[in-house]
Amino acid sequence: MKKQGLQWSFSILGAMMLLFIIAPVLGLLLSSSPAKLFETARDPEVKNSIMLTLGTSMAGTLLFAFAAVPFSWILARYSFPFKKLITAIIDLPVVIPHSAAGIAVLGFISRDTLVGKAGSAVGFNFVGHPAGIMLAMAFVSLPYLINAARDGFISVPERLEKAALTLGASPVRVFFTISLPLAWKNILSGLILMFARGMSEFGAVIIIAYHPMITPVLIYERFTSFGLKYAQPVSVVFILVVLVFFMILRLLLSKTKKS
Amino acid sequence: MLKLRGITKDFNGFRISDISFDVEKGDYFILLGPSGAGKSLLLETIAGLVHPGSGTIELNGKDITRAPIQQRKVGLVFQDHAIFPHMKVKKNLAYALHGQSNENIRRKIRSMSAGLGIEDMLERYPSTLSGGELQRVALARTLIQEPEILLLDEPLASMDSRLKAEIRALLRQIHRGGQTIMHVTHDYEEALSLGNRIAVMESGRILQTGTPDEVFRHPKNGFVAHFIGIKNFIPATVRTGDGLACAETPGNMKIRLTGGQENEKGFVMIRGEDIVLSIEALDSSASNVFHGIVDEITATPNGFDICVDAGEKLHALVTGISRDKLNIREGMKIWLNFKATAVKFIEE
Repeated sequence: MKKQGLQWSFSILGAMMLLFIIAPVLGLLLSSSPAKLFETARDPEVKNSIMLTLGTSMAGTLLFAFAAVPFSWILARYSFPFKKLITAIIDLPVVIPHSAAGIAVLGFISRDTLVGKAGSAVGFNFVGHPAGIMLAMAFVSLPYLINAARDGFISVPERLEKAALTLGASPVRVFFTISLPLAWKNILSGLILMFARGMSEFGAVIIIAYHPMITPVLIYERFTSFGLKYAQPVSVVFILVVLVFFMILRLLLSKTKKS
Repeated sequence: MLKLRGITKDFNGFRISDISFDVEKGDYFILLGPSGAGKSLLLETIAGLVHPGSGTIELNGKDITRAPIQQRKVGLVFQDHAIFPHMKVKKNLAYALHGQSNENIRRKIRSMSAGLGIEDMLERYPSTLSGGELQRVALARTLIQEPEILLLDEPLASMDSRLKAEIRALLRQIHRGGQTIMHVTHDYEEALSLGNRIAVMESGRILQTGTPDEVFRHPKNGFVAHFIGIKNFIPATVRTGDGLACAETPGNMKIRLTGGQENEKGFVMIRGEDIVLSIEALDSSASNVFHGIVDEITATPNGFDICVDAGEKLHALVTGISRDKLNIREGMKIWLNFKATAVKFIEE
């Protein structure tokens, strides 16, 4: 009887919390008429910003995956001096305020820095450029990929890698045929998380680039310039696009889990 | 063929030191020792997964101490099989044949899977296989690369007795085919039934190497004797007062034996098979005749272990037929008879 009481009170608490998440989103979704949403979805400014947001986040995720995934394997397999410090550094972007993260990245890529000068040499400026947006998104979202991939590699028994070595495989072949495929579920889920986190970033991006406008910045701009009524439809369209994207990616993930 | 000289290594809290022995071509070499003795570490060192701190490893006259794993021609089968779970059995077998022609790979898989009885599992994923089937696949996957020496890490651990017998038979068959094998185990029965040479290892050191007969009949020290399952191992002091020497035990048994110096301290050791049980005192050449009370009867794979309290608890091994003939029951009085030459004295 007592246990049931506990179950009930915890469930009620949980339901209240769920309502706290669902209510605002549902309210937002119902705030605009379908006609208004349709019109917004066809607005070139909105369309371009959504494409830019998805594109930069995707590009950043894939580009950084090339370094992040092998590095995660190192983190999973080896112990080395300052490993704890390095792990803490990786988690840093999660805990620092994102506007501060934007300032930090800006200081790193602005025109008078080494990276900025390298950019200028090949003819573009990171600031106000999709490449800069991509870097800002990657900065705040990279920990999600590294941590997920590291957990994935940890879950792969080291014996399987050793067995592959004794079967004559080179370390590179072992990585690509054993470690990577077996950790793939976690890596994919890390890629999705990083992509999602990058896409929803506002604070860091607005400091690097107000223009071209990613959707979170566009929503903010419509809100400050025209008010809530104008910001709502864009938000709804963006949320719907993101939701569809996630459903597809989740489906992909559940398929890999089954196989 | 495989020659280890002075191998020493500290690794993750395990330590092996000054390991030296030879494995000859065609040997079935058993490395026998309790868990934690460093056996697996030694195997991984031979396979090249771990580099020794000092010492050398030679295979067929070639120094492979620092050779890359791929160039060693050493096959290692892990205790938990380490079959790649994301590949079908066929792909597992083909893994070591990377770079060979498709025709070659097909032919080798066909003949290896036929030899080990896994032809009908080739299209299956490892998660659908039983422990015995996984062991066969692991052996096939390693043997397909035609290693000079096959290293087996506890290949019969965590198997039921029927499966053990099946895999033992398979290992014998592989050995008869000319494969040199080095097999790590903690089970002395496994060592006796498979090995033609045995090395006993404890705390990272090799205590004794020899044929099973040498090791089991003449264990070099107390640890070896205890470990290989000889239960009649009693501390004693030698007295040489009246003619034939005898060993006095803490339980006041005076056990006649050959050799031994006055007041020498050590252990007497008697194999359970050498003790004859009788209802009456026997008039025989056995100079050790004691009577005692049957303390406990335990079934063993080959009969019964009769523990008799005669001042010290002595274990005699008898067949089921003998037990029935003498009608041995717990609590009954019984005589123990064994020759002085069956008593081995090991000085401390």
